[in-house]
Amino acid sequence: MTRKLSYVQAFNEAVRQEMAANDDVFCAGEDIGAFGGVFQSFAGLQAEFGERRVVDTPISEQAIIGLGVGAAVTGLRPIVDIMFMDFICVAFDQIVNQAAKLKYMFGGAATIPLTITTGGGGGLSAAAQHSQSLEALICHIPGLKVVHPSNPYDMKGLMTACIRENNPTIMIKHKRLLGMSGEVPEEPYEIPLGTANVLREGNDVTVIGWGRMVNEALDAAERLAADGIDVEVIDPRTLQPLDSATIIESVRKTNRAVVVHEAVRFGGLGAEVAAQIQEEAFDYLDAPVGRIAAPFSPVPFSPVLEQHYLPSVDDIQAGIRAAVARPGV
Amino acid sequence: MELSTEVQMDLHRRMVRIRLFEEAAGRLAEAAKLPGFLHLYVGQEAVASGVCATLSDDDQITSTHRGHGHLVAKGGQFNEMMAELMGKATGYCKGRGGSMHISNLDVGMLGANGIVGAGAPIAVGAGFANKYSENGNVSAAFFGDGSTNIGAFHEAANMACALKLPVLFICENNEYGEFTAREKTMAITDIVDRAAGYGMPGVIVDGMDVVAVHEAAVEAAARARRGEGPSLIEAKTYRFYNHHGVQNLGLKYRTDDEVALWKERDPIFTFEDRLIDAGTATRADFDQVWAELRADIDTAIQFAEDSPLPDPSMVLADVYTEMAPMEGAPA
Repeated sequence: MTRKLSYVQAFNEAVRQEMAANDDVFCAGEDIGAFGGVFQSFAGLQAEFGERRVVDTPISEQAIIGLGVGAAVTGLRPIVDIMFMDFICVAFDQIVNQAAKLKYMFGGAATIPLTITTGGGGGLSAAAQHSQSLEALICHIPGLKVVHPSNPYDMKGLMTACIRENNPTIMIKHKRLLGMSGEVPEEPYEIPLGTANVLREGNDVTVIGWGRMVNEALDAAERLAADGIDVEVIDPRTLQPLDSATIIESVRKTNRAVVVHEAVRFGGLGAEVAAQIQEEAFDYLDAPVGRIAAPFSPVPFSPVLEQHYLPSVDDIQAGIRAAVARPGV
Repeated sequence: MELSTEVQMDLHRRMVRIRLFEEAAGRLAEAAKLPGFLHLYVGQEAVASGVCATLSDDDQITSTHRGHGHLVAKGGQFNEMMAELMGKATGYCKGRGGSMHISNLDVGMLGANGIVGAGAPIAVGAGFANKYSENGNVSAAFFGDGSTNIGAFHEAANMACALKLPVLFICENNEYGEFTAREKTMAITDIVDRAAGYGMPGVIVDGMDVVAVHEAAVEAAARARRGEGPSLIEAKTYRFYNHHGVQNLGLKYRTDDEVALWKERDPIFTFEDRLIDAGTATRADFDQVWAELRADIDTAIQFAEDSPLPDPSMVLADVYTEMAPMEGAPA
């Protein structure tokens, strides 16, 4: 039971097990076949399942998503890969106007069991077109579901759930977490979409974060514990639909909240979380809901610039301190 | 290819069904009885009819903003179509799609589409599923000349050829992208020139001649079913009404002479004359077809007008497919 896998191996195992269980599941994307994908997410799958089920495509993001939409609406269960999250912009019509809307526009007649996988997040000096966290854009679109795991265990369970899901889902892999190691059960399992995880219990303040940032928030919480600040850390895991109930329940207990994300602050998903907290827990709040996020600029290239740009453990720690420093009502 | 009388009368009937549906929709729009946009297919009937006559319900098509004709030709029923145009609960899309998103998966019609060029990648996906499942079905993407200038078309055509998928690319070249003449938006005259760039065969057919369209489609579908990959058919055709609606606010972007010349080549009337000359059918035969289908249209309009409007509380239904609760899932 103590078997460990990396984040990317956990992804790979989920895909492999679902492909073995269901012939309707296939994968398509750039470089995913013989090469296994630029992040090796699909390593070994073409060797195991053949070219019929693991398909190397042209560099054609619109057609890759269209391939998935058309195959899903006619009965298959596609996994299509968009190498970097930034490239979803190339395919935005197929994602936003087609995948997300066909079911509704067709009066419910269509079912789109499509999983779109992509690599998001910064921290690799990959600069402005290969580093973005664009979750707010896609969470804004009715018809889509969005997941962003923060560890290997969640990765396998969420990816399995995505593949079995009967709606279009977008699985965001964080590029800086690919090598993260953790215990992962061998048997297939699902983490139901829309269920948050309380990673750390605490009474003084609730920190909500996802992807790599929730791990940074856990580090900040450990450090603050030494100063007697008791931090609760929540990872929504699924960003659409958002498990608002778990977040609200926590804030009603701690009376303070800070949201952390890697995307820019303006119009980020943190704004939605903060708005929901003030709507549902206004009378419980002892401080404004804090937001720790990237400043309003493209992701810079130079390591020193990027390090300054991305929220750090120090930034999160400072944000939490500011929230708890306000005198209670 | 010698077509049987039965096939020729089927082609004729499909065209008349489209013509009557579209004329009725146009009249209803002018009477302000249809909400939203309306893009009429009148003039182009030979294309949808010629292609869909070689497809079964299990073959799929994707369509365009000008999509009623494709659904009619694929076997869509007047009642549910007219109700959808009126935004009624009994429409094919329960009033959630309307003219621009009309669809019926039961007959393999994967939707009209409000985004120019967006149907082609979806047709490629359907073609992929057909090849993957080895079910012998093919998909056909209908699109206009204008959409071949969009990246999605290029990506779809290239991918279909690279993966050798059973897909028919049906270009309806009606010489105008919305209100702008084709020659102002591309340096080539024939869309079919683009086929070679993807490595697929391409043919030009007279899009006002339903037999010519049908013969080309039969060949392309057979080739696709044999596993030999996609084909492009460019049908030279013309829309008799405007890009949007019937009168288009009286704005002119085509000369009256040009419209009149194309109307002389009406795909239905010229076909009727040919069949009568050949002794295949009589005027009386055709009169009977028109009368019968006119009655169907009247019934459909009545059905749509009598149908209930959607319940506003249903606005949130069908955004997502509901999943059955999973056993053993944590609360």
